[in-house]
Amino acid sequence: MSCFDNLKYRFVRKAAGAVPKGFAACPPPALQAPPLTPQSPWPLRLLTHGLEGRAPVRFAQVKEEPATRAGDMEQNAQTPCLIARRMASVFALAMASMFAPATHALQVTDDRGVTITLPAAPQRIVSLLPSLAETVCELGNCQRIVGVDRYSTYPASLQKLPQVGGGLDPNIEMIVALKPDVVLMAKSSRAAERLEALGVKVFALEPKTHADVQRVILKLGQLLEVQDAQRIWRAIDAGVSAAAQSLPAKARGAKVYFEVNEGPYAAGESSFIGETLTRLGAKNIVPAKLGPFPKLNPEFIVRANPDVILIGQRSAGALMARPGWQTIRALRENRVCIFPTDEANVLVRPGPRMAEAARIMAKCLEGKSPAAGGKP
Amino acid sequence: MNNFLVRWLAVGGVLAALVLLAVGVCVGSTGFENLLTPLLNPLQDPGQTAMAQQIVWQIRLPRTAGAWAAGALLGLAGAVAQGLFRNPLADPYLLGSASGASLGVALALAALGGGAGMLGGGSTGSMMNGAVAVSVFSSSVWVRIGLTGAAFVGAVAAVLLTLLLSRGVGHTLRLLLAGVVVGVVLSATTHLVLLFTPDSLQAMQAFMLGSTAFVGWTSFSLMAGVWLVCVLAAWLLARVLDGLSLGDATALSLGLPVAPMRAALVAVLALATGTAVAQTGLIAFVGLAAPHLVRSMVKTTHAHLMLLSSLVGGVLLMAADTLARGLLAPQELPVGVLTAVLGGGYLLWLMHRGGRHSGGAA
Repeated sequence: MSCFDNLKYRFVRKAAGAVPKGFAACPPPALQAPPLTPQSPWPLRLLTHGLEGRAPVRFAQVKEEPATRAGDMEQNAQTPCLIARRMASVFALAMASMFAPATHALQVTDDRGVTITLPAAPQRIVSLLPSLAETVCELGNCQRIVGVDRYSTYPASLQKLPQVGGGLDPNIEMIVALKPDVVLMAKSSRAAERLEALGVKVFALEPKTHADVQRVILKLGQLLEVQDAQRIWRAIDAGVSAAAQSLPAKARGAKVYFEVNEGPYAAGESSFIGETLTRLGAKNIVPAKLGPFPKLNPEFIVRANPDVILIGQRSAGALMARPGWQTIRALRENRVCIFPTDEANVLVRPGPRMAEAARIMAKCLEGKSPAAGGKP
Repeated sequence: MNNFLVRWLAVGGVLAALVLLAVGVCVGSTGFENLLTPLLNPLQDPGQTAMAQQIVWQIRLPRTAGAWAAGALLGLAGAVAQGLFRNPLADPYLLGSASGASLGVALALAALGGGAGMLGGGSTGSMMNGAVAVSVFSSSVWVRIGLTGAAFVGAVAAVLLTLLLSRGVGHTLRLLLAGVVVGVVLSATTHLVLLFTPDSLQAMQAFMLGSTAFVGWTSFSLMAGVWLVCVLAAWLLARVLDGLSLGDATALSLGLPVAPMRAALVAVLALATGTAVAQTGLIAFVGLAAPHLVRSMVKTTHAHLMLLSSLVGGVLLMAADTLARGLLAPQELPVGVLTAVLGGGYLLWLMHRGGRHSGGAA
């Protein structure tokens, strides 16, 4: 088997039975040991580097041309096996080109219903959505990300990568220059068509609800050929449940208002934030029928009179000064959780940190719910 | 005959505003409802009465009245612009003054560390240490006055830039072209400023679509005060507009100090636009449609035209705001979208009905 280079390995793995005996018996030249690059098929790395499927060191991103490798082989092959090996190489190359895409190609369908075909799991990934970058990292493939949007700041290692604009206004040229195998982005971004026209593979996902997050994790697991991606969802799910159980019964049932933006735009019951709040036993004043993030009449909030308000630090400044808001119970009794920007980022990203978000919100509810006797 | 009509129109405008005020107070987050019963019978259900008082006095009244004041300012600005530039197409938007005002607001917010939403906020915050971020929807008096000042400066600068580019008001086509160019460049600059302050991006976007959601008594008082000043000034300066409508030479031969009066009118235009934009964001079409609506009903002097157009503008925006709240309650439509649909639709109808009623300076 070691007769064959990295490229042919893929074919041989599938069609080992078809290889004539003699070829495999050739003495392996030292050079033929498959060098470990991020381009190596993952099962190989899995064998050599443990179950994580994660290379311990980040290898240089060498893209080796099959032609060069064939040349190397000729130079070093000084055994009588030369012809046989050449034949094998030609044969294997031909077979590989004929069958490899058909037998090994990775086919995954994204949230637009578009199926992309990749020769192998992508090694160079550009992500244009913070929650997707977080998920890729959570799947143990952070080192494959080569570019992110300007809002992807977690995990910290992403901050060192080139920033390619925002999700809605990405720098197409920069993305193309990064030569990504695949670009991950939100379904709503217009950039997808442009990138596809330039020959870049686009995998569009739209995490909006808890169910979406689960689906997105599984799809990314498929794309990255990570086994048991489901475990990440199970961890999130268990984390949210644990946060809910940690809440004393008295802290449940508070009427809450979660403001995402000063429109005022609220997080309704049907948003992922609302779903978490519901699981924490809170009563969202914004019913599901209004949609995930409706722009509300401020009067609606005054009238609903929430017990607790959850809001990001940046929009919280003028809360008391809003016309008529002084009588809202949450403001009267100082039951407002103002999240610093770091925490706010955790709360508004439908990704692997949703369990952490649930813990943050549970802490808030425990401290501020009226019935829990939280400090007023 | 004309004066009689003008008087009746003015009375009609005020009456319509009062009726709409009453309607606006009854339209809220649950659609149309009667809050007068709990207000007038406090003994029946004290809790309900307190809630009704709160909602009527603190939210609906200032908001509805604020919509009227903003519309009145825009209507006045439109009439002034059309008279000043002798052009029925002139309006606060076409002259770039609204774009200038919103650029002023954006710059002021960027300098003060802008109010923001959570979904957009991704950068490391400079306001992390407890400092209160200034919000575009803030109700603090000083913030409102500061933003109004910034909007006024922006509006003046934009109008002057337009005049400079068009080399005076003599050439209509050049004036409009310059106004469009200035408007586009300034609104692009606004977006550029927002791009560098991503924290204020979402709040500003909601603001730029036009919003009366957080108009309180502070904003209303400010707009009402400025409106009084502007209407008075416009009334006193109206003679020059009447003179100008016959040409520069005629105006000069009447012994009017044309240049200083023109400058004063530009200031009125910028002050009215800037104040309205700083409180309620970009609300299109009121300034353009109001004077045309008045002209389609009565031919009169500029003093009357400006007053009536102001009243009509107020009624128009008030109606749009009430609809914006009521149509999707408890969700809201951006009021600017509704004024564009209503005002644009009416203008189209006027044009369709025949040029002789709608076109031309009065």
